[in-house]
Amino acid sequence: MARVLVGVKRVIDYAVKIRVKPDKSGVVTDGVKHGLNPFDEIAIEEAVRLKEKKIASEVIAVSCGISQAQESLRTALAMGADRAVHVEVPQAQYDTLLPLHVSKMLARVAVDEKADIIIVGKQAIDDDSNQTAQMTAALLGWPQATFASEVTVADGNVLVKREVDGGLETVKVKLPAVISADLRLNEPRYATLPNIMKAKKKPIKKLTAADVDVDLAPRQQVLSVEDPPIRQAGSVVPDVDTLITKLKEKGHL
Amino acid sequence: MAAGRQRVIDLYKTLLYMGRDYPQGYDFFRSRLKKAFQRNRDISDPEQIKMLVKRGEFVVKEIEALYMLKKYRTLKQRYSTEKDQS
Repeated sequence: MARVLVGVKRVIDYAVKIRVKPDKSGVVTDGVKHGLNPFDEIAIEEAVRLKEKKIASEVIAVSCGISQAQESLRTALAMGADRAVHVEVPQAQYDTLLPLHVSKMLARVAVDEKADIIIVGKQAIDDDSNQTAQMTAALLGWPQATFASEVTVADGNVLVKREVDGGLETVKVKLPAVISADLRLNEPRYATLPNIMKAKKKPIKKLTAADVDVDLAPRQQVLSVEDPPIRQAGSVVPDVDTLITKLKEKGHL
Repeated sequence: MAAGRQRVIDLYKTLLYMGRDYPQGYDFFRSRLKKAFQRNRDISDPEQIKMLVKRGEFVVKEIEALYMLKKYRTLKQRYSTEKDQS
């Protein structure tokens, strides 16, 4: 029986229109609806399904972040995780937190909790880094199976169908391993009201960055955050000749 | 009647909770929900109440499916390069 560790992140809700702060230092997060990163929902769902198939003995959700990250851990618990670990990072450090820091924390927690499988979402929908799974695997020296669209576990091995450009690739990795979930892996269940209530009784272990020996010193500096350019309005041309002259003017012909 | 009452309240609470994610907003959902329940306030036949609760539970499933599909489609549109429908 394997122990599964799932990394989750609290992000701005996928349906919210993102606004950039006027001083270009980041995006507005105050008073904005947050939720669990959709790819992490898929990761939890997969872990919970492994438990339902009696392959996994325990599902542990981990989140690194400010105290509100507990909300996303509660959602994870409501979806079926058994317990949670919260590595608390103060807001000031959270602003400059990078996938490398998160990977180091995840790797350490995985060792401490004696996990056999780590499942994370392939990327978070806020920074779109897509690095945590890869770096965690490298730090632990475990094999990695990223962009999973199907996972089967059989005698110490995991067969993973990966989404690659132009098709699917099947890889076989030995446990322990790191898996990152792609969009088509499964359809995550809804965290229902009764389950949310029950999740409040499940334990969340609180740690600090110092407990897991991770130095939170920033390694990058954000120079500016800007809106994507606004699409220019088009114009209607009266006939084909004008179209051709215009295209020629702009050098497209 | 007594057992039915709790079921109706549970259903209302579940729907109210789900309404927080409704695309047209919580207020829109809440006012409709309240109206829908009030419309049937005078029904006292246990069989009919049971049937209405079943319908309510079906609506819960439908809304769950709606949210899942909406999320899936949005993400697919954002993160896939291929242009097929579903």
